[in-house]
Amino acid sequence: MSVAAQQQSDRTPLLAIRGVETFYGKIQALRSVDVDVYEGEIVTMIGANGAGKSTLMMTICGDPQARAGQILYRGEDITRLPTHDIMSKSIAQSPEGRRVFPRMTVMENLQMGAILEDEKDFDDDLRKVFDLFPRLKERRGQRGGTLSGGEQQMLAIGRALMSRPKLLLLDEPSLGLAPLIVKQIFEVIRELNRNEGLTVFLVEQNAFHALRLAHRGYVMVNGSVTMTGTGAELLARDEVRSAYLEGGAH
Amino acid sequence: MTHQDAPTASNRPEGAALLSEQRRDAMGGEPPFVPEPTGDSRLVASIKDAVITAAIVAGITLFFLAVRSDIDAGGLVLTLRPGLWMTWVAIALVVRFFLSYFFYRSAAPISGWLKTVVMPTKRGVPIGKTVGIILLAMALTLPWLLSTFLPGQNRYLLDLAILILTYVMLGWGLNIVVGLAGLLDLGYVAFYAVGAYSFALLATNFGLGFWVCLPMAGLFAALWGIMLGFPVLRLRGDYLAIVTLAFGEIIRIVLLNWYDFTGGPNGILGIPKPTLFGIEFSRGEGGFADYFGLEYSTVHRFVFLYYIILALALLTNFVTLRLRKLPVGRAWEALREDEIACRSLGINTVNVKLTAFATGAMFGGFAGAFFATRQGFISPESFTFIESAIILAIVVLGGLGSQLGVVIASVVMIGGIELLRNLTVLQQVFGDNFDPTQYRMLIFGLAMVAIMVWKPRGLISSRTPTVIYKERKKIGADAVSQGEGH
Repeated sequence: MSVAAQQQSDRTPLLAIRGVETFYGKIQALRSVDVDVYEGEIVTMIGANGAGKSTLMMTICGDPQARAGQILYRGEDITRLPTHDIMSKSIAQSPEGRRVFPRMTVMENLQMGAILEDEKDFDDDLRKVFDLFPRLKERRGQRGGTLSGGEQQMLAIGRALMSRPKLLLLDEPSLGLAPLIVKQIFEVIRELNRNEGLTVFLVEQNAFHALRLAHRGYVMVNGSVTMTGTGAELLARDEVRSAYLEGGAH
Repeated sequence: MTHQDAPTASNRPEGAALLSEQRRDAMGGEPPFVPEPTGDSRLVASIKDAVITAAIVAGITLFFLAVRSDIDAGGLVLTLRPGLWMTWVAIALVVRFFLSYFFYRSAAPISGWLKTVVMPTKRGVPIGKTVGIILLAMALTLPWLLSTFLPGQNRYLLDLAILILTYVMLGWGLNIVVGLAGLLDLGYVAFYAVGAYSFALLATNFGLGFWVCLPMAGLFAALWGIMLGFPVLRLRGDYLAIVTLAFGEIIRIVLLNWYDFTGGPNGILGIPKPTLFGIEFSRGEGGFADYFGLEYSTVHRFVFLYYIILALALLTNFVTLRLRKLPVGRAWEALREDEIACRSLGINTVNVKLTAFATGAMFGGFAGAFFATRQGFISPESFTFIESAIILAIVVLGGLGSQLGVVIASVVMIGGIELLRNLTVLQQVFGDNFDPTQYRMLIFGLAMVAIMVWKPRGLISSRTPTVIYKERKKIGADAVSQGEGH
């Protein structure tokens, strides 16, 4: 258990999700979800396809907005804020499906990440991202759409980092990637957390990798959180193993 | 998508992954060997192509060229023109043979040759920039060039150049909305109309001059751009196109029916001409020619108008190119690429869309004011949907987002339509009653289909990146041009 996780009880969480309910029309996608993410932690939400993981991620970003409940960032209620106001608060997101700008070069994509930031920090931040992902430096003049899936994921994370976030939201970074690349990307996330103290909230289907990486995890089934615990605890639970890991461990 | 990169320390493959990569590398090498076609078969194949083409041409043109019926006193008279028919068939035969032998079936196909022309040159200066500079130099010296080399048609050609430049400016303006921000606007002519009527009404009612009204016309148009922008903020693609189309029509119909204010179908007459610091381009005392001690000539005013529209167009281009490098311009392009990603980066997409609409509309308004002062008369008839369609066609054919593409497409389309008027050659072929201009829409359509087949992303589809990495020593044109299409 990390130091950060041990101290959590006596601190207010960086991101607190309290009884959030989200609907798509009449269909309820999230049922009273509670999640806490403390500063310096990696927290993961695992669950099957259609469990509501990405909906939770989008609800944090305010699109769609939660119909009930509260989302607090550093104690401030952000539930009803428009997306762009939430995302300009030291929160950065690497959205599901990566969504890099296909006709823009790697450099331009990274520049888009820093669009709200002071220009003088740009070179430093760029160097940091290139150190984390040397592949992006090689490909800096290439268009986003011509990158491989793994490179696009690196670019999506790099772009998110360019806005100097305190909290990084990652939506299925392992989606459709080769195991080797997944390992590499998760290694970078761990490094960022350890060296920079970056707080990470990770939504994943790849339960094995996600739980090994995360300090704490939540399991979501049909829009509700059914289990919570440290990564190691959840990995050891039979329900988790049978539901998400049988034959799925890479 | 396959990428075969030299492994770096961080991504060196291990174990099974290494094996599979090696296998992939081994398989991804040279294509299977195909024997080069010999010169003889190339000749035979080309002749075959030529004969087939000639036969098709003979069949199609049989009733158009070989036989001809005329109404005469005694009814229809049939004339046979085998000579003319054979001439065209022979032309088809020769041209097709030439094309087949030297291009289509050539060992070095024309597409490869084209690519070497379009690719950046050795020194890393993109060919587009060179072409742009040449075109700019030509545009700046055009009045002089015309008066030196084509003094007879000086006035007519200057007028045509002014028309083309007006469309270049409109194309550049619409390029901001459609090409950069990716918002399909079918009603761009509305802003053109707002600009023209703003100037005309201000000038005729309050006696204001062109230079005072020009910024006001731009502001009014920008205001209307924002007014259009608000209701359509949530729309994209087809739906946005329909609403903007309706907006363009609404403006025109209001102008047509609000008789007391706009003069309705009669339009507005007596719009003042622009002056050079108060000097009018008129005959007699105090006029331009008199003031500078020149002999009076009507061409002076055309030259002046030409330089005004050139300056306005260059202003549009300059502002667009600058904005592309600023956050707002980058946000436009990102919006075109992916709206959701934009929002996840903290960009207020509402503001981004509105600025795109307003900026595009403003330049449309400037162009409208210029149009009004050039014509001296405006009516709603000048602002029909076909104008929007032509401007949009210029932008799409030129290549969305490409400034140079807009110039080329404007010259080809506006110049091309004008050229059709002068093709009296066709009248000798199809008879005296043939009016080439009546077929211009057909030719227009054919050209569009041809370009869309040949270059589906427009004439200039490459996009210049707005930023390159500062470490100059490694990055050059080669790294930038790697991202060719996707």
